Amino acid sequence: MSDVAATKIPALQLKGIVKTFPGVRALDDVTFDVRAGEVHALLGENGAGKSTLMKVLAGMYQPDEGTIEIEGTPVTMRTPLEAKRRGVVLIHQELSLAEEMTVAENIYLGELPRRSLGRVDWKTLFAKSEEILKRLNCGFGPKDRVGALSIANQQMVEIARALTVDAKVVIFDEPTASLTDAEKVVLFEIINDLKARGVGIVYISHRMDEIFTLADRISVLRDGGYRGTLVAGDTTEDEVIQLMIGRSLDLSRRQHAEVKTGEVALKVEGLSCGKLFQDVSFELREGEVLGFYGLVGAGRTEIAETLFGLRRPTAGTIEIDGKETAIHSPADAIAKGISLVPESRKEQGLVLGMNCRDNITLPQVGDLTSGPFVSDGAEIAIFDQYRDTLKIKTPSWRQAVGNLSGGNQQKIVIGKWLAMHPRILIVDEPTRGIDVGSKSEIHDLIRELARSGYAVIVISSEMPEVLHVSDRILAMYHGRVIRRFTAEEVTEDSLVAAISGIEQEQVA
Amino acid sequence: MADTVIKSPVRWLAANPIWGFIVLIFVFFSFANPYFFALQNFQNILVQTSTIGLIALGMTLVMINGNIDLSVGAVVALAASLCVDIQGWEMFADWGNWAIAPGVIAALIAGTALGALNGFIVWKTGVDAFIVTLGAMLGVRGLVFVYTKEQSFFAMNFAFSDFGSSNMGPLPTLAVLFLVCTAAVYFLLARTVHGRNTYAVGGNRSAAVNAGIRVGPHMLINFMIVGFFAALAGVTLSSQMGAATPNLGTNYELWVITSVVLGGTKLNGGAGTILGTLGGVLAIGILRNGMNLMQVPAFYVLVILGTILIAVLLLDKQLNRKGKEELRV
Repeated sequence: MSDVAATKIPALQLKGIVKTFPGVRALDDVTFDVRAGEVHALLGENGAGKSTLMKVLAGMYQPDEGTIEIEGTPVTMRTPLEAKRRGVVLIHQELSLAEEMTVAENIYLGELPRRSLGRVDWKTLFAKSEEILKRLNCGFGPKDRVGALSIANQQMVEIARALTVDAKVVIFDEPTASLTDAEKVVLFEIINDLKARGVGIVYISHRMDEIFTLADRISVLRDGGYRGTLVAGDTTEDEVIQLMIGRSLDLSRRQHAEVKTGEVALKVEGLSCGKLFQDVSFELREGEVLGFYGLVGAGRTEIAETLFGLRRPTAGTIEIDGKETAIHSPADAIAKGISLVPESRKEQGLVLGMNCRDNITLPQVGDLTSGPFVSDGAEIAIFDQYRDTLKIKTPSWRQAVGNLSGGNQQKIVIGKWLAMHPRILIVDEPTRGIDVGSKSEIHDLIRELARSGYAVIVISSEMPEVLHVSDRILAMYHGRVIRRFTAEEVTEDSLVAAISGIEQEQVA
Repeated sequence: MADTVIKSPVRWLAANPIWGFIVLIFVFFSFANPYFFALQNFQNILVQTSTIGLIALGMTLVMINGNIDLSVGAVVALAASLCVDIQGWEMFADWGNWAIAPGVIAALIAGTALGALNGFIVWKTGVDAFIVTLGAMLGVRGLVFVYTKEQSFFAMNFAFSDFGSSNMGPLPTLAVLFLVCTAAVYFLLARTVHGRNTYAVGGNRSAAVNAGIRVGPHMLINFMIVGFFAALAGVTLSSQMGAATPNLGTNYELWVITSVVLGGTKLNGGAGTILGTLGGVLAIGILRNGMNLMQVPAFYVLVILGTILIAVLLLDKQLNRKGKEELRV
């Protein structure tokens, strides 16, 4: 790409970066640059070295070899604060905000304006913060408590932080992981605005559509090595994916013809839970996948939690196999054949310090006893079975789950519930934060489960995912099911219109 | 975790640095003091260790579970007072040695019941165990003073104090009792469903809830177990002394927590082992005994123990750091 780069000194340039950790060469001779006023996407599967590179960029890690130049001047950045002062700012994937403090305090965290005797200069703090929030068109003020904001707005606070300095380079790490499509649009506007101001953007994401919407250039990492840079206008998704994983993938829409559905397994009528969701009705048959699509906060997860006995409905009925029933607790739901793969596998799904086997057998370990003790043999048999069917990659069952990649962690959570032989499987955000390869494996798995007779509910914020796996889709808006689609009739436009609360006629 | 069974001795030592430390101090004291390396002295160490050790067994469960119990020291005093007082009641005067039984049983029931009360409050109110048991620590100690009227009780039945200094074969009875309890709790934690769920609840409470595990009952049981062991320690301690004083067990909660943490149990739960805790208790026992033999003044002993606690935990952190995920802070 030297012919393109030669024209101008990049805002930030990395040359021949090497970073090793005991036993791992995390970065091996990586070269990367970002110019003022461009969006440079950085891609790679989980474990390819993106996070390490990003931490080198942001001053959290020191490279073992190689140089970092900012506007042509070699620099060393020993801490994130030093990187920030030099104009390189990282927007974390996992938000790192002090929830009990105000928006303004978070924006200037570590650099609060001061008066004499080390007192905080509140007036300046709030005034400056207000100004930044205005530039971002935020719907909240500098004195709001961060913990009270939605995830999307918390992300805005992170972005606002980047604007406190004269940022030359802003690094976004998976910024849309917890945003819905409507919130993404706002984020993209902000990114384009930064770009127009001459800021160089490094954009890390798994999502192909976003990358092709935003990026000017795309660089790919695989196994810690630099695999090449492509100009976004001259390449295709297939080309990028092949560079990433060394094979091609078919993520197109599924053929829906072969679906054979059975008996109604679950029937929900008029289900409500306070203000979270109201009057939700649907039927779920064996052998079908029902997709729930909507914005974060539309009540999708809350419905799943209610069906799993984590919340108490305030109105409505639940029928399983034609019999009306109440679900009192997760244990009760499990006994009635319902399983839930929760939204956040690290916080709700897995005991990270525990090994793979113990995580898979967690819900049923009580039934795997011989005498007073847990039977090792029975547990290992179950682990082996699901390691093989789900192709879980782990050196042994003794491995702590926290050391596995996101895709394999998710497979452990799914395996845990399949091992309970449920009839109704609810999967909330099945592929959040998972690389492209594992993603399609999990999609195939969900289809396969439906084909073998499971009744499956999939909740997702990703439209391609919902379109890809669902036989029917319920669009949710503000706690209500606003429209119902079958796989044949659904279009992306109509889906977006429904979940943003726009009437269908206005879009057409 | 339950499964860090010996794969390679080196890795096992890295996961349990306390045992390497024990070998180190053992060798050191053996050379530094002529009286240390003797069967009689080893027996002493085991007996001295057993009191803190018994409580530490229960505390390990509670801490892996994600809780803590600060009231154990006060429970030791209550159990000891009940045990010694009740065996002297007139209604048991013609029971002979059997008069000891109601005292011991009452002490154990009281300890278990107080544990249950702690556990129940933590379960039902959701108030942090630190706060609940801090309250219990003050309250129970107060009850002891009310009950004893600030007086010490003396055991009139010599069979009771003989028990504390008796032997079973080559080992002191109290050491055997401690080792048997250690084995029992080891199996409870490593091999039973309750043990597994204790790890799960401490490791990730909401994942445990989602797996249909009933968190509350497991916490309740663990608090009852630590209460039981605190009471048992109170009984054995009063049997060693042939008496019970209202100040008995003061600061024991600190010694117990120190031992457990030294043995590798994490303060925020989810990780720890009984073998580690045994190592932690023995390390403190050997250090106190060895320094005592070398006539190190008592105050310096405390300074040294405090320093060692921090040093060993620092070593543990270095040996078990997460590698590339670890950020410099």
